[in-house]
Amino acid sequence: MKRNDGRAPEELRKMEAKTGIIKRADGSAMFRIGETIAYAAVYGPRELHPKFMQNPEKGLLRCNYNMMAFSGSGDRVRPSANRRSREISMVIEKALEPVLDLTAYPNAVIDIFIELVQTDAGTRCAGICAAAMALADAGIPMKDLVSALSVGYLRNEIVVDINGEEDMNEGATDIAFACLPITGEVSLLQVDGEIKKDVLLKALDKAKEAAMKIAEVQRKALKERYHDKHDA
Amino acid sequence: METIENKKIVVPGEVLATGMDFLPSSGTYRDKDKIVSIYVGLTNVSGRVIRVIPLRGRYMPKRDDTIVGKIMDMTFSNWFIDMGCANMGVLSVREISEFVERGADLAEYFSHGDYVVCKISKVTRSSVDLSMRGPGLRKLGPGKLVQVDSSKVPRIIGKQGSMISMIKDKTACRIVVGQNGTVWIQGAPEDEMVAAEAIYKINQESHREGLTEEIASLLEKKASKNKPLTREDEEPIMERGRNETE
Repeated sequence: MKRNDGRAPEELRKMEAKTGIIKRADGSAMFRIGETIAYAAVYGPRELHPKFMQNPEKGLLRCNYNMMAFSGSGDRVRPSANRRSREISMVIEKALEPVLDLTAYPNAVIDIFIELVQTDAGTRCAGICAAAMALADAGIPMKDLVSALSVGYLRNEIVVDINGEEDMNEGATDIAFACLPITGEVSLLQVDGEIKKDVLLKALDKAKEAAMKIAEVQRKALKERYHDKHDA
Repeated sequence: METIENKKIVVPGEVLATGMDFLPSSGTYRDKDKIVSIYVGLTNVSGRVIRVIPLRGRYMPKRDDTIVGKIMDMTFSNWFIDMGCANMGVLSVREISEFVERGADLAEYFSHGDYVVCKISKVTRSSVDLSMRGPGLRKLGPGKLVQVDSSKVPRIIGKQGSMISMIKDKTACRIVVGQNGTVWIQGAPEDEMVAAEAIYKINQESHREGLTEEIASLLEKKASKNKPLTREDEEPIMERGRNETE
């Protein structure tokens, strides 16, 4: 079966990644997959305010996910935090936490700002990919990168990295997935829709495989920033 | 034993070596039989020990580091000093070289916005204690301040201070490099600019080969007409930082 954009079932959309694009941030990155573009900026570790949130045992990872007003394909996205964006901010924090050692930053915070300038499904996953690169770019010790993508189950077939049109399909199941590429440890798994256990397990295997390809793009982008100057 | 490339750019999660032939040091960890990097950085292999030196990152306070900081606040008995990291450093009145009378106004010694050179005497979970007892630790006078990545400080100082003394000789400036990446330069205005340019260049291109020669030619081109400072004008602080280890 051909997909609506002519991709094979296990084919990812075209990816592009860059680091060090926001000058004043400690670390920053852009990650594009298809028509979804995410920018991430990392600030910190820095002093945490309000002060009552400070924890002398452990630092805080604070994430802010935002879809820009003009980023959707339909109506203007209302520019304020809503239930959806808060939830996504929280799951992104949880997806990134396993690679960090927050006990090294008592009373401090690492802030991540994720801005989506253009969206076509898979925004939280693109956000995680960008954020992981931005954290690495900020020189924060990380066990591993985090690579994320969405897998879909539609018309009785597993498809990797679903786009907006596929996501809209009646009865489509959308699975958001993030993992640590070297160990394959899963750090985010959300399923929206109905799916059988054996199909889900199969879908996760395919997601893991695809995540390796994303990790490769991330690694390359992190190195490129320094390679450019080698040639200059 | 497999050989590992030195000064190779690696990323977090990248496997540097497999097997038990190598030992993980700073910037790496061992995951079963693999040694994995935790930074975007450059590999540094000496014998069996593998390290990764980060290319970027905020300063993390360490004991015995000499830092350049800014006075942000003060109480009856302490100054609070911003060192460019998450927590502020605390400098107690007992830890400065001068005698401070009871009930004296601390602003007469160091006031808001002053820059000082201090040494970190203790790092705990909740605080960073500073001391100003020691040669070269003092309040800094007028000059130019340059902020660089703390991970680039060893490169700016160079082996046995070779890089920094070259910059000082060629520009006839006094320079203090804090381990936190804050650099203080004092000299004739045009000389300060040249020194700052050289330091920025090192900060930007620290991972390149042959940087020392490039800096030397840059300084040669814009060399100062002023006479280099003699040993007597210099302060002992400059050789105090951790040197490049290679």
